[in-house]
Amino acid sequence: MADNIKMEVRHISKSFPGVKALDDVNFKLKKGTVHVLCGENGAGKSTLMKILYGIYHQDEGEIIVDGKVVKIANPIDARNQGISMIFQELSFVSDMTLEENLFLGRWIKKNACLIDWEKIRDETKKLLEKEGLPYKPDTPLRSMSVSNIQMIEILKAVSFNAEILIMDEPTSSISNKDVESLISKIEELRSRGMSIIYISHKMDEIFRIADEITILRDGKTITTLQKDETNIDQVIELMVGRKLENQYPKEIMEIGEEIFKVEHLTKQGVFEDINFNVKRGEIVGFAGLVGAGRTETMNTLFGLDTYDSGDVYLNRKPIQVRNVREAIANGIAMVTEDRRRYGIIPVRSVMENASLATLKKYFAGGRRHKHEEIKDISEVFEKVRVKTPSLETPIKSLSGGNQQKVILAKWLLCNSEVMIMDEPTRGIDVGAKKEIYELIGDFAKNGKGIIMISSELPELMGMCDRIYVMKEGKITGCLENREIFSQEQIMNYAVS
Amino acid sequence: MEEKKKSLDLSKLISKYSLVIILIVMMVVCSIANSNFLSAPNLLNVVKQQSVFILLALGAMLLISAGCLDLAAGSIVALSGVVSLYAYQIFPNVFVAFIVAILVAIACNLVSALMVTVFNTPPFIATLAMQLIARGLALYITGGQNLSGVGKDLAAVGQESTLGVPNSIYIMLILFLAVVYLTKYTIMGRSIYAVGGNEEAANGSGINVKAVKIKTYVINGLLTGVAATIYLSRVNGGMPNGAQSYEFDAMIATIVGGTSFSGGVGSASGTLIGAFIVGFLNNIMNLVGIDSYLQQVARGVIIGGAVIWDIYFKNKKTYKKGK
Ligand SMILES: Nc1ncnc2c1ncn2[C@@H]1O[C@H](COP(=O)(O)OP(=O)(O)OP(=O)(O)O)[C@@H](O)[C@H]1O
Ligand SMILES: [Mg+2]
Repeated sequence: MADNIKMEVRHISKSFPGVKALDDVNFKLKKGTVHVLCGENGAGKSTLMKILYGIYHQDEGEIIVDGKVVKIANPIDARNQGISMIFQELSFVSDMTLEENLFLGRWIKKNACLIDWEKIRDETKKLLEKEGLPYKPDTPLRSMSVSNIQMIEILKAVSFNAEILIMDEPTSSISNKDVESLISKIEELRSRGMSIIYISHKMDEIFRIADEITILRDGKTITTLQKDETNIDQVIELMVGRKLENQYPKEIMEIGEEIFKVEHLTKQGVFEDINFNVKRGEIVGFAGLVGAGRTETMNTLFGLDTYDSGDVYLNRKPIQVRNVREAIANGIAMVTEDRRRYGIIPVRSVMENASLATLKKYFAGGRRHKHEEIKDISEVFEKVRVKTPSLETPIKSLSGGNQQKVILAKWLLCNSEVMIMDEPTRGIDVGAKKEIYELIGDFAKNGKGIIMISSELPELMGMCDRIYVMKEGKITGCLENREIFSQEQIMNYAVS
Repeated sequence: MEEKKKSLDLSKLISKYSLVIILIVMMVVCSIANSNFLSAPNLLNVVKQQSVFILLALGAMLLISAGCLDLAAGSIVALSGVVSLYAYQIFPNVFVAFIVAILVAIACNLVSALMVTVFNTPPFIATLAMQLIARGLALYITGGQNLSGVGKDLAAVGQESTLGVPNSIYIMLILFLAVVYLTKYTIMGRSIYAVGGNEEAANGSGINVKAVKIKTYVINGLLTGVAATIYLSRVNGGMPNGAQSYEFDAMIATIVGGTSFSGGVGSASGTLIGAFIVGFLNNIMNLVGIDSYLQQVARGVIIGGAVIWDIYFKNKKTYKKGK
């Protein structure tokens, strides 16, 4: 019986200044299974995984691999124990090629100083072939998509002969199609006897691949469930500690005048002849496959990028959005897709991050209005339920989902007319998602307009009044009546 | 429970004031090593000597926090010093000296800033070019000769005292407070840290990244110009070859003072303390009579040590719980 257990975590606790991230966590990973960790943002999932991978060290407790207590002081120790990890925020050297990344730090050498590139190429080819991946060894990583790079990371793990693979939210930034290939890869690895710890906020995905599910709440293990003996509602209830009803709290609102209109927006080779409008009180969705040009179009409307031709109107008046400042001044706000790139200033405090777009207000008249700033921020944080030890904490030490909430708070503080949201609930737990939907609803209720890009169709269909569908840089259709939204029709427009 | 909380606060306190603690320990050690060290004239003298560095270090702090840097500071001190002295010879008034030095230094910094923002030159390269240009110009216009002709009012800036405190210390303190105000209480301050912390996110939040960089260089120019005038007055002449590698001493002071070379982190008070640490270190070595070549080695070792200690402490703070 006992030799069925690949790894066990016993009584692990871990504190950071001001937070107890993990509090007596226990769980067992069985050989050849997929073990899913579930929990709200900040529950401690990533922290636990970083301990297993030797990036953080537990204050108390022990880790047991193959029946032996092991000390994991750093990632090299972890690898020697057969543990590999794919991070929530991918890390790689983007200027290097596939093969260089694969053998980084463990070069095959000809002699004491020279690297045997030929052998490395051969090995890489063999590995790629074995795993059935159609890439070339000399592809530079920067030219590969996130999902391809993930596959490379898996390849790396395999080449280390890893027996335990940790994946922290691997599907939060890849397309649905890529999710499919990832899942079949995971199933294949499992059938080869690999044990996998998998973290995700997406319930449908969890229930497809899990064998066992362990639930963390506030740093404590609540329970471990067998997939076959539980259901989504039970898991959610255990996660958030209460029953959650009506995931999409959509209120039908009075739709007002047109607030935002885009005509013939074109950027050579990226998007073409984009026409759409948004009315007051309306939530307008944008569906499409990854690469359909939705993000590019919206980034342009927010001034992050330029366009060749076309007109933008706000309240029926033509406006210019040559840069972000103009967009904000005109009353446009945007929660961008790439949080690490356009969203956060990692080393600065949560407060500074939250007020970054409203500095003029808090420094009006040439002096700082500290109390106003703190009061406003505390209020929005309460609304979006940001979990942070203090307002002074650097945003990088918040959990991924909480960082996203701070970004959301930043734009809610802005009092804008139109809010563009590109994958606003990425990496956010189910409970908090609902709260965010409610906030989006409130925003619309105040007569503002919302544009929402999402790759989760249920989310779009649950929240939007209208849905535009894009394909290869063009709008190919618009679903006007929320009573008869259908996934099939959206997919039709998206691929037709 | 109670016990735990207390010790946690203590460790927080230590890590927050680690620099002050280093400074105090150093001063205690120094005063034991040499009884002259803790005398008021000696301390004031050190601070006076450090005034020029502190001003340059404050500029370096702002630039590094904004993700830039200035390798030309020393040469610009020399160039604006000699130009200012020429102007002073025509209009012998201390304010003329200040204004001309400031204008020249700002002009040089504007050139660097334009290279960085308009032509996207890396700050390292842009200001390295500026270093050569400024030094070359200083040597060219003076023919490599030192200039004299510092009048009484100008000499008073760096050589005399008011109420027992050297005048240059007053000037330095006023600018120090201005930088404290800038970093803590203005949009500009927030923007500097945001730009240095993540340029694209700063832009994505509506901050004019290029404008912030240009303004930061201009502020650095202002500080450099004032430093140049004090230097001019202290050495009693225009030195086209003077202030060699002052930019490095300035950067060392601010890095010792906790400014992060990866941008987004830095403070005026840390920089001040960093400059004191470096200044007292030099002073005690002179007082004890350490060989000047060895002094250089010791300086390197101790500065490296201070930074490592600081980094180690910060890491400990994040990786281990506050035991
Ligand atoms: N380096 C750190 N310094 C300080 N606090 C940290 C650090 N890393 C994590 N924390 C805190 O520990 C807690 C758990 O964070 P963790 O990242 O493990 O959450 P998570 O369950 O992965 O959440 P998410 O679903 O949002 O990714 C959070 O409160 C977070 O603020
Ligand atoms: Mg996480």
